[in-house]
Amino acid sequence: MSPVSRGFIGRRRPVADPGRVPPGQYLTHDFPVLSAGPTPHTPLEEWSFTIQGAVEEPVSWTWMELLALPSQTVTVDIHCVTKWSKLDTQWRGVSIDTLLDGVDTAAEYVTAWSDGGYTTNLALADMTDGRAWVAYAFGGEPLEPEHGGPARLLVPHLYFWKSAKWVRGLTLTPDDEPGFWETYGYHNHGDPWLEQRYQGD
Amino acid sequence: MVELVEETPRATSIVVELPAWPGHRAGQHVDVRLTAEDGYQAQRSYSIASAPEDPHVVLTVERLEDGEVSPYLVDELRPGDELELRGPVGGYFVWDASTGGPLLLIAGGSGIVPFRAMWRHHRASGSGVQLRLLYSARSLGEVIYRNELRVSGVDVRCALTREWPAKFQGHRGRIDQELLADVTWSPDQGPLTYICGPTAFVEAAAQALVGLGHDPRSVKTERFGPTGA
Repeated sequence: MSPVSRGFIGRRRPVADPGRVPPGQYLTHDFPVLSAGPTPHTPLEEWSFTIQGAVEEPVSWTWMELLALPSQTVTVDIHCVTKWSKLDTQWRGVSIDTLLDGVDTAAEYVTAWSDGGYTTNLALADMTDGRAWVAYAFGGEPLEPEHGGPARLLVPHLYFWKSAKWVRGLTLTPDDEPGFWETYGYHNHGDPWLEQRYQGD
Repeated sequence: MVELVEETPRATSIVVELPAWPGHRAGQHVDVRLTAEDGYQAQRSYSIASAPEDPHVVLTVERLEDGEVSPYLVDELRPGDELELRGPVGGYFVWDASTGGPLLLIAGGSGIVPFRAMWRHHRASGSGVQLRLLYSARSLGEVIYRNELRVSGVDVRCALTREWPAKFQGHRGRIDQELLADVTWSPDQGPLTYICGPTAFVEAAAQALVGLGHDPRSVKTERFGPTGA
C-alpha cells in the first residue's frame, strides 16, 4: 500500500483510450532516446543481418537483400521501462516470421545482437506469429541512427529495451541466456501489462 | 525524508532517511512513486546523488516545466513528508573504485547528478584513479553543486553555453571535439568515459570521443529526453 503524497494531485492528461496504457506508464508524444553507449554508424554496404546459432545453416542478408524481402507496415503502441508509452507508432520492416521461413531449429530462445555490443534475450515464441519485425522505417522515413537505424528489432508487446537498436542478427539458443539489461537487474521477460520492469517483478 | 537543499532555482536535493536500504553503487537510480488521495499514481526515475558511503541517500531533482513528478518534488515536498522509493536500479552506468580509470565524467545540465555519487565514492574509497569532470551548464547560476565542486578537489572543467561572466576562464559555448581532445586522455591510456545529459548533448559528446579514436565500448552513456520528468 503506497503512502499518500501530501498535496500531490498530478497532471492528469486526458487519455482517450486508457486501456492502451499499461500500469505505471504515461503517454508521450516525443520519441525519447535511451541507449547505453555511442550511436554506431555502420555503412549500409557493410551491413548484414544474420540468423545463426542452433540452426542447420546460418543465413544472412545484405542491406539490399533485406529491403527486397516482403515487408509490412504496422501501427503499434510502444512502452519503455523508463515509464513512457507512445501510441500509434508506424513502422515498416520485415516480419521475423519471414526471416525464419526455411530456418530449421529446435531452439526455443533467441539472443538479438547489435552493433555496439548490445544484446537482449527473448523466447522464440515472443518473436513469431506476427509479433516481431526487423524495422527500417519509422513514420514513413528511414529509421534515424539515434532511434536504432538503419534497422532495429521491433517487439512492441514487450518493454522497448527488447526491441534492440542497430540489430545485426539473431542467435538461436537452446537455453535462455540473459542479455545486456537482463544481466543488470531488469526483468527477463519484460511484459509491460504485468509491469515486469525489474528482476523479481 | 529529512531535508531539502536548494541547489539552483530549478534543482533541489532531497535527503532521505530510509527504514531499509540495501546499499547502492555510484551511478544507480531509484524510482520515485507519488500517490494522490484518490489513488492516482505517477512514477519517474531519478539518479542517486550520494555515495554508497554517505549516511543518507540523496536525490537531486531538476524541475521540468512540463513535468508531473519533478515540479511536486522541487516545489511541494516538505521535510517530514513521506516518499515512496524503489531501488536501487541499474547496474551498467555505475563506477566502483575497482572499475579503474582514468575516469572522465561528462555532464550536461542535471546530468551531473550521478557523477556526484561517483566523485564522492572516489574520495570516500581513497581511490587513486585519476578523475576529471567536464560539466556543461547554461549559465553559472545553473551549475548544480557549485559550492561542493569548488572545495571537492575534483579536477573540473566547466563549459557555459548561454551566459558567462566576463572573467570566465572555462569553455564558452557548446562542447566540441577540440575541447574533448583537450580534456580527455589519449586513447592508449584507456580512459573510461561516462556521459550523462540531454540526448543531443550525449550524442555530440559520444560521437566526438569516437571520432578522437576512443573505443566505443569505453564510453558509457545515460540520456534523458524532454519528457524524462
